[in-house]
Amino acid sequence: MNLIDLKGIEIIAIGGSVGGIKAVSEILKSLPADFPIPIVIVLHRLRNVTSSIQSVIQHSTALRVKEADEKETITPSCAYIAPANYHLLIEEDRTFALDYSETVKYSRPSIDLTFECIAEIYGKAAIGILLTGANDDGANGLLRMRNAEAKCYVQNPNTAHAKVMPRAAINLGAADFLIHLEEIGPMLKKAVQNRN
Amino acid sequence: MAESKRIEIGEVEVEKIIDALNRFHGIDFSGYSRASFTRRIQRIADKDANGTFDSLLNRVSENKEYFSRFLKEVTVNVTEMFRDPSFFASLRKNVLPELNKQQTLQIWHAACSTGEEVYSMAVLLHEASLLERSTILGTDLNPEVLLKAKQGVFSERDFPEYIQNYERSGGKAALSEYYDSSYGNSVFKPFFKDKMTFSEHNLVNDGSFNKFNLIMCRNVLIYFQKPLQARVLHLFKNSLVTGGFLCLGSKESLLFSDDRLAFEVVDAKEKIYRKI
Repeated sequence: MNLIDLKGIEIIAIGGSVGGIKAVSEILKSLPADFPIPIVIVLHRLRNVTSSIQSVIQHSTALRVKEADEKETITPSCAYIAPANYHLLIEEDRTFALDYSETVKYSRPSIDLTFECIAEIYGKAAIGILLTGANDDGANGLLRMRNAEAKCYVQNPNTAHAKVMPRAAINLGAADFLIHLEEIGPMLKKAVQNRN
Repeated sequence: MAESKRIEIGEVEVEKIIDALNRFHGIDFSGYSRASFTRRIQRIADKDANGTFDSLLNRVSENKEYFSRFLKEVTVNVTEMFRDPSFFASLRKNVLPELNKQQTLQIWHAACSTGEEVYSMAVLLHEASLLERSTILGTDLNPEVLLKAKQGVFSERDFPEYIQNYERSGGKAALSEYYDSSYGNSVFKPFFKDKMTFSEHNLVNDGSFNKFNLIMCRNVLIYFQKPLQARVLHLFKNSLVTGGFLCLGSKESLLFSDDRLAFEVVDAKEKIYRKI
């Protein structure tokens, strides 16, 4: 059985915090270079230090991984990472916009903000996945996605590195499904094969 | 939840606000990127408990006091000292030695907001013995933030991070030598402020007013759509002396502008360019 149906899906959004780099790497490692749906990843990261998140994650997967650039058009076969110290927004024309405004829940990038944009622009053509994390950023955003009829997946807190973030989403009623980390990648891969 | 009473700001509402700001106040936001701008207006609307969109629009149009608050909120005024220390390290290494060849220095911080980067730059100039011969201009469209910049008073709370940034930028002194602390504030010493002038200037419709040796405009272009970005970059090009430097934010670039050919790259990663 496959919990994920990718028919009509145009974007996959993933959020996480503590333990998130490892979790995202675990998901992406199953995906091929030609995975046809763009993936947008928002992870909390340190400010004002040069960090290597992009290359660490790239190391785990055949899929192209890059930091989102401002006004860049979102295209398939790419996983985009929100750059450090910017919020990552999305315009109507499906290009990225960066924003250096106030932190949201002490976070910049904010998972909530990116997820809200995706809810507004993609509606039910999106999948949201919220992973491990030690604060409740992302829960509201995921709820907005769910209210916009996106399919929303939350990592099972029992097996998450940090439980606060997935729990917050569950408590808000933002989760359609609870899943274990190692299931996600293979499910996405299989779902793509069944897509047409 | 209060969600039901929320004033929803969509495309139509944003265009109405842009039109009102233009007609009543002569400030043109039509070239601003919509995702961020819409969010700013939504943020303001969310603070209006039981308001309606029409009442908000009326106040923006006709209530001077409300408009001035609105203006401050609708533009992003988040800034910090020595943001991206590696950028300031590159300035020290690649730019200041070149500036040292000039007798006098004109420096422009465009859209400087509350001035944190203006003071960061002044510290660098001071440490390179260039401050004496410098005139630093800070501009913004918002008079309120300029007042704050002029005072050079920043919250002490933020300084642990600023000090860390400063040290990462290659700062060798103690940053605290440059300001006096009082009542939770850090007040920059007068010899910095003596070199600074602040004035209103809107990048959208104001022109060039001088030739500068260095223009700093970081994390401003990200809020503009491409045609406005191109216009502003053109303005910068025309406002630089030959050999003058242009510094953009770490995710901004000259790459898509027709004026890129007028520049050489000094530091691609830190987005430092030089007019040739």
